Amino acid sequence: MIKTLAKSIREFKLPSILTLIFIMGEVLIEVSIPFITRDMINSFENLNGSATIEDVIKKGLMLVGLALISLCCGGIAALTCAKASAGFAKNLRQDMFSKVQSFSFKNIDKFSSSSLVTRLTTDVNNVQMSYMMIIRTAVRSPMNFIFSIVMAYIMGGALATTFVVVVPILIFGLLMVARKAMPAFRRVFKKYDRLNESIEENVRGMRVVKGFSRENFEKQKFQKAADDITTDFTKAERIVAFNGPLMQFCMYFNMIFILTVGSFLAISSGGAKLKYGEISAMLTYGVQILMSLMMLSMIYVMITISLESMKRICEVLEEQPSITNPVNPIFEVKDGSIEFKDVNFKYNDNAKRYALENVNLNIKSGMTVGVLGGTGVGKSTLVQLIPRLYDVTDGVVMVGGEDVRNYDIQTLRNSVAMVLQKNQLFSGTIKDNLRWGNENATDEEIIEVCKLAQADEFIEKFPDKYDTYIEQGGTNVSGGQKQRLCIARALLKNPKVLILDDSTSAVDTKTDAFIRNGFKNYIPDTTKIIIAQRVSSVMDADLIVVLDNGKVSAFGTHEELLKTSDIYREVYEQQMSGGGSDEEK
Amino acid sequence: MKKNNPPVLGPDGKRKKINMSSLKRVLKMLFNYYPVLLPIILVCIVFAAITASVPAVFQQQVLQAIEKWITSGDWESAKQEIIPKIILLGSLYALSFIGVIVQSQLIAIITQGFLGKMRKTMFDGMQNLPIKYFDTHKHGDIMSFYTNDIDTLRQLVSQALPTILQASIVVISVFSIMLWYSIWMTLVVVFGVAMLFMVTRIVGGGSAKYFMKQQKSVAKTEGYVQEIMSGQKVVKVFCHEDKSREQFEKVNNELFEDSNRAHAYANCLGPINMNIGNILYVIIATVGGLFLLSKTPNFSISGLAFEISIIIPFLNMTKQFTGNVNQVSQQINAIVMGVAGAERIFALMDEIPETDEGYVTLVNAEYDENGNLRETEKRTRLWAWKHPHQADGTVTYTELKGEVTLNDVDFGYVEGKQVLHNVSVYANPGEKVAFVGATGAGKTTITNLINRFYDIADGKIRYDGININKIRKSDLRRSLGIVLQETNLFTGTVMDNIRYGRLDATDEECIEAAKLAGADDFITRLPNSYDTELVNNGSNLSQGQRQLIAIARAAVADPPVMILDEATSSIDTHTEAIVQRGMDKLMQGRTVFVIAHRLSTVKNSDVIMVLDQGRIIERGNHEKLIAEKGQYYQLYTGAFELE
Repeated sequence: MIKTLAKSIREFKLPSILTLIFIMGEVLIEVSIPFITRDMINSFENLNGSATIEDVIKKGLMLVGLALISLCCGGIAALTCAKASAGFAKNLRQDMFSKVQSFSFKNIDKFSSSSLVTRLTTDVNNVQMSYMMIIRTAVRSPMNFIFSIVMAYIMGGALATTFVVVVPILIFGLLMVARKAMPAFRRVFKKYDRLNESIEENVRGMRVVKGFSRENFEKQKFQKAADDITTDFTKAERIVAFNGPLMQFCMYFNMIFILTVGSFLAISSGGAKLKYGEISAMLTYGVQILMSLMMLSMIYVMITISLESMKRICEVLEEQPSITNPVNPIFEVKDGSIEFKDVNFKYNDNAKRYALENVNLNIKSGMTVGVLGGTGVGKSTLVQLIPRLYDVTDGVVMVGGEDVRNYDIQTLRNSVAMVLQKNQLFSGTIKDNLRWGNENATDEEIIEVCKLAQADEFIEKFPDKYDTYIEQGGTNVSGGQKQRLCIARALLKNPKVLILDDSTSAVDTKTDAFIRNGFKNYIPDTTKIIIAQRVSSVMDADLIVVLDNGKVSAFGTHEELLKTSDIYREVYEQQMSGGGSDEEK
Repeated sequence: MKKNNPPVLGPDGKRKKINMSSLKRVLKMLFNYYPVLLPIILVCIVFAAITASVPAVFQQQVLQAIEKWITSGDWESAKQEIIPKIILLGSLYALSFIGVIVQSQLIAIITQGFLGKMRKTMFDGMQNLPIKYFDTHKHGDIMSFYTNDIDTLRQLVSQALPTILQASIVVISVFSIMLWYSIWMTLVVVFGVAMLFMVTRIVGGGSAKYFMKQQKSVAKTEGYVQEIMSGQKVVKVFCHEDKSREQFEKVNNELFEDSNRAHAYANCLGPINMNIGNILYVIIATVGGLFLLSKTPNFSISGLAFEISIIIPFLNMTKQFTGNVNQVSQQINAIVMGVAGAERIFALMDEIPETDEGYVTLVNAEYDENGNLRETEKRTRLWAWKHPHQADGTVTYTELKGEVTLNDVDFGYVEGKQVLHNVSVYANPGEKVAFVGATGAGKTTITNLINRFYDIADGKIRYDGININKIRKSDLRRSLGIVLQETNLFTGTVMDNIRYGRLDATDEECIEAAKLAGADDFITRLPNSYDTELVNNGSNLSQGQRQLIAIARAAVADPPVMILDEATSSIDTHTEAIVQRGMDKLMQGRTVFVIAHRLSTVKNSDVIMVLDQGRIIERGNHEKLIAEKGQYYQLYTGAFELE
């Protein structure tokens, strides 16, 4: 996991290493400061004797100099550290984003879009913070700890034994607290998430709650859950609350030990072993040692928290795109003929059932083909195999007489335009959106396809016409308008094959008919595949394919199917008897 | 080294002020909840603060003793003076240690207890709010009261308040001790601290500015990622991968720049604080040395002369002083944030709850031998409105039949923007009334008025002849079953979800309802049948299946009047046929209001109302409307698109 993540550090290795170096410098100076302070204090003592005020000032200037150097080191480390961690985060985001772009539909199905957003934002942020902490504190604290101990021994000698007592106590104590608290917190956070989910559920379903007058019922349910959480949280917090007293205890112990033993040693040796300076320096080191241990335990907690995030990021980075370009791809699609040969397909290798079974179809270039069937019978699956959005499990899908797997993917998808069932417009003007189909399309071309998709008329009614800004998610156009814009966008590709996956469901029947008419007259050479709920949308196709349970149950023209297919006849009669039974959805 | 939080800035870029009344309210609530524990904590904190500042005194005394005896090297005599002081210090420490344990444990208990109580109060309050609140506030915003704001409160109660209290006491006591020893030296310290403060303010201000900018670019990045990730399939179909990669790089770089700057400033604060502290330390030492040497007369409260035993503790006190002043300034941010969070939570708590002046209640009823309606405890499936008359103290019972009438109803969600104009609807018991019209024509609004999610501006709505304003809201809603387009299921088993319609329904009754709705078939095929756990709004079910459960839920409630708001519109025609069968069974013998986009659903209604911009423009049954060749006819023949 670390390896995968570390790959994204790249150009920010230098600032990372610089951070380490400068932090080291900072720590070195930091631990030597008390040393010099000791000298200075000791020279006070002799002020009336051997030492002069110059001595004090000299030492003072030295200290100020060191502090300034330490400030520089610390400052530089602060800058490089910010750059390294922010840069690492940037690269992680970019890498993940790029990875997702290389995903096939199969990969995309695996991750929900909201989970991808979390991974790209919150999770990366967590990693950024831990990385920052690691390169700053993970060096500083142990170094501080070691240097301080060494210095304490050099200077204090016997006085340093206090650390032999205090350090193990603190380490043991901190570890105990961390080990007990972490699982407790993990448990309680899970519960907390659930509690918040249930609040969200409530906010969302408030009409149901109020509609059934279940306010009191919900209150009682919540009271119980909230009490439960409070108890658990309190337990966990009370464990952590021992950290403070533990630290306090070690500090106090240090203080008393150093004062007692220190004064004994100083006096009994007549100042030979120890002087004031040593005693006060030892107090400073004591604080530094204990603080660095405290910091280490904080890092430990921080890293464990971000471990989950790291795992989730790695899941994305390590995902292998299931569809890649062939080695010697073909860069031209000859025509719009399509052939399915003994095609079997399942979404998941472990799935028991095939989503498509034994499909054989032969579609000539320029034909209009309708696909009909209930939900979940495999209509969308069938057409998604054509632009190689999924790879077949067995058999072959051919476009223009060539296996789709031999084409350059971009070439294939540019020739096979698909209007997805769950479609989306992006924030930007109408023109921006349409140009997804063809970046270099002229305004005339854009207007032309919009006329064909019956979109020009309503676009012209907008105050800003083709420059109308589409909000995120296309919320400011109606469902039917959105569908027509999506069709126009696909048409702009000037494709050899055009696939409409239930793309006119929100368009009224009259407009729907106009669109189909337009296709017939203006793009006669393009193969058109239309999936629809409405029989009227596919009735006049050259070929209608009826799917049932992943198999082709019947195919033929409208007249033929009325005679041969029970399913088709049933749907037809059901819809026709109701007049235009489902104009809108 | 403490993490430095950037100061909180308001939208105008100025430092936010603490809202004192909200802070007071938090403190008052804390005190009311924990009238005993809270004072104990206060005592502990004060005590801990004092013990934190006195070591300097003892240190000075011990060092003084060392100075006195060091040349003679006579430990035996020195012991007499030193040991008692250390013992005193030790006992103070022991007490303070106990105090700290008590304090930290109690704070943990109080914090979580307080948060728990806040959560419950918020939730209770929220349940009582009118639907209008939920329609006018983003759900994400409401959620953030329970997550972000509660979290800032936790910081406030468990950390900021105790720390700031303790640090301020330390600052004050250290300051007094310093004055006690030497006023000159104290002045030097104060001057140094002021300098330190200025520098950190400047750096901290820069950091805050860029943190705000970072926040904005985070939002921007998130927005972009959200859009592309949810449209990833479209990206693939249009081979737009490289384009989106490029675009992402742009927003990503922006975020990097801001994040880099924000953290650079924030990271600098640590070294700056520490090293200025070091320099200050040197200055004090040097100045002290100079005073000592030049034999400057000390000017102090204690009247002590300059001695080395004063300078050394002074040095430590300087560190303590700067450290605690820093802590106070850091915690001020947490307090500003916490109080702002509290303010938002209080705003939610202070929202005016849904009022209910209704006094007519719904009771089980039966006819006695004389054919008079009377109240009963049993579930008779016969309901009556119990109508107490204040004037003469009598009670009358009216059988619930399900007749609903609207007379000249006007309504607007916002004042001055009328949504419904003069709407009159007459629904006789058992009739099916349909509303047809474009989005925003006012269909859902009408149903919102019938169950009093909103109150009408003008006109009258009567239920079995009773003005619905007189009916207790919970009873009114109990008598109306609703199935909405957006199905909301709750975490729990399928059975729990169906039982939501009537809490005392037996398992058999629930299954019966599911059968009626046509849901039994698929439920029994679920892995755990009726005991299958639903999570995340039933995301493990299909839209149609969710809808069927919602219908079963309404069926088990067995209400005399039903409102079906687009109940089948997001289901494909095939599934709809199944759902429709369930609905038809459910509708039998009830007054039903149907809103549907699909005209096939409304065709067999007794009355169809075509709404346009809040007015009823056509009314009548299917045949009549078709014959009129108006808008309904256009819709029906598919010449017109509804949105």
